[in-house]
Amino acid sequence: MSGVGLLDRRLLLFTGKGGVGKTTMAAATALLAAEHGKRVLLVEVDAKGDLTAQFERAPVGFTPREVHPGILAMAMDTEASLQEYLKLNLRVPVIGRLGPLARVFDFVATAAPGVKEILTIGKICWEVRESINGRADHDIVIVDAAASGHVVAQLGAADAIQELVDVGPIRTQTGWMSDILRDPALTAVNVVTTPEEMPVTETIELVARLRADVDVPLGTVVVNRVLPELFTRADEATFDALRDDAALERLTELAGPGVTHVVDGARLAVSLRRTRAVHLERLRAEVDLPLVYVPYLFVRTHGLRVARMVADALDQELSS
Amino acid sequence: MSAPRRRRTDPTAPDFDELLAAKEILVLCGSGGVGKTSVAAATGLVAATRLGAKVLVLTVDPARRLATALGLEALGNRAHRVPDDVLTRVGLEPRGELWAAQLDTKQSWDDLVLSNARDEEQAYRILENRLYHNLTARFVQSHDYIAMERLHAVHATGEFDLIVVDTPPTRNAIDFLEAPRRMAEFFGGRLLRWLTLPYRAGGRRATRVVNVASRPFYQVADRLLGGKFLQDIAEFFLEFQSMYDGFVERATAVERLLHDRRTTFAVVTTLEAAPLHEAERFCKELVARDFHLGAMVLNKTLPDFFLDADGQTAAEACLERADAISAELADAAPASAELADPVRTARVLRTVAESFQNFAVVAKREAELRNELARVPDVVVRVPMLDAEVTDVEALAAIGRHLVGTIRP
Repeated sequence: MSGVGLLDRRLLLFTGKGGVGKTTMAAATALLAAEHGKRVLLVEVDAKGDLTAQFERAPVGFTPREVHPGILAMAMDTEASLQEYLKLNLRVPVIGRLGPLARVFDFVATAAPGVKEILTIGKICWEVRESINGRADHDIVIVDAAASGHVVAQLGAADAIQELVDVGPIRTQTGWMSDILRDPALTAVNVVTTPEEMPVTETIELVARLRADVDVPLGTVVVNRVLPELFTRADEATFDALRDDAALERLTELAGPGVTHVVDGARLAVSLRRTRAVHLERLRAEVDLPLVYVPYLFVRTHGLRVARMVADALDQELSS
Repeated sequence: MSAPRRRRTDPTAPDFDELLAAKEILVLCGSGGVGKTSVAAATGLVAATRLGAKVLVLTVDPARRLATALGLEALGNRAHRVPDDVLTRVGLEPRGELWAAQLDTKQSWDDLVLSNARDEEQAYRILENRLYHNLTARFVQSHDYIAMERLHAVHATGEFDLIVVDTPPTRNAIDFLEAPRRMAEFFGGRLLRWLTLPYRAGGRRATRVVNVASRPFYQVADRLLGGKFLQDIAEFFLEFQSMYDGFVERATAVERLLHDRRTTFAVVTTLEAAPLHEAERFCKELVARDFHLGAMVLNKTLPDFFLDADGQTAAEACLERADAISAELADAAPASAELADPVRTARVLRTVAESFQNFAVVAKREAELRNELARVPDVVVRVPMLDAEVTDVEALAAIGRHLVGTIRP
């Protein structure tokens, strides 16, 4: 890693196409940060409850709860975020009479683009500011962020709202958010991908959009589920020779009738690796960000053990 | 060990192709990255060739690759017919017609406004409103709604025997099912009337008249957003409200269509923990909401040979006796030059065996997840992970063959 190390920042976001492993990466990075002595606030933006499942814990709400030693987790809730904002900033005198507001909130937020986004990114930035000022129980905020398309809207919400809203505290209070989000010493947006066509294409597009539409510092591109290269070129010639009819017949005599399956399995592994290599090449050629590789895990379980393994892989990559 | 390909709770339940023949709309859903678009295209291919249907694949993903594969320049908002020679080239007989279209959210919304507005002047006032632009272009929910609305419009033309819909990559998969109802509520709701009432009372662009009930809301909202912003919202909705009847009628019709017996849903998933979890939740929600859950497609699964007991024995033998086997292979006549070096051959054998064992672990995990599937539809089909990527019609055809079971996975 060049410049400031990833874990020395205050805010790490993980985004990418659906299904590439954003949640696992956020959880694994949190484990890694906690091991480096950081107190972590882990934020799940699209609350599905999958984030805490990585720690074998039940889903959390808006109020942070410890899910692992050194790791607090919370789920984003824009309505709760609004209430917190009102309480902290406007000192709205009669909270009891906000009934209509709660009912209308969802409605207005849907009609007024940027409101939900600003409440999401605002809460995140606020937690970062609190940690910088030493007023929080955490040193770093790690976000399991929204998927590609939506994250651009969230990160750009502070600017977008300034275009839409002409006056009011929301307008005047979005400046400091942009300051946090634009500071490369504080923030890094990381894109998770897999070496497959659509995720790679979306990553290339997302990186370009993040640069063009929102001025946020980009950290790394984490390439998840990288299959191992089985053979060197010379060894592959030997493997091909083993698949020859006569050799396979002899091999069946020596290792048993199931050996064709074993050879077929390796052939599938080789061709899967090969089709993916093309996309890795494309990613390397078109994205000028540090790439971090996380191997495909051949494991039976999921949950904490997997997060642990991914954290180890990340640790090796980041320190190399 | 070979797991049953289908699990049937009802012996009279149809196969996947029977399902396609019986229905007019197939909605595919599932979380991101499971291969919905490919399955949608493959389904269209099957319907157009095997069943001889005139079928439309309506996709929402920017699927340039798919367009290219189907021999189309690009998939626009309009349906394009896939040239027959694209199918014949890979040995498929196009007994029906395959059409494809891609959903353009912005364009579809504009069309909807143009067709529902009182007059052109009103239509353009709405189209140029900055809130309209944001609402339609940036909101996932508006994407969901317009996909369903478009489906209704296409179905109403009666042009196609079957429409296969590849749903938007929604964060919460259930959202798009709610979209028509929510849209109707949104435009027709009392909240909207309540919100715009002060403006209406004072006339457009006039001073706001706030009643006692809404005063606390406006006090907070003004401080939060500024009065101008609220006025913008109100003006936008006042315009939109005049189209209310048309909108609600459409939304209701869309909802009715989704519940119609001619419509069925298929949940696509891989056998990984998170997508499967999502798929199960989706199945449950569909059933709870009285939608027809027709099939589950387990996509990109590992082949069963990884679970084969003989395979496992052979892998162990290769690992344990790599040196002895390699020596035998080197001595065998006529020995291939590539097998002459027993050290190298032994290394390759160990690698091959280890790789098999690695994949066997994943295959076992998949089998366990498959067996644990709590609530599944009558038709469960498996599409194995293909050697090559799904970049051409040949690969789509391969998926199609697995869907209808002419090749046992």
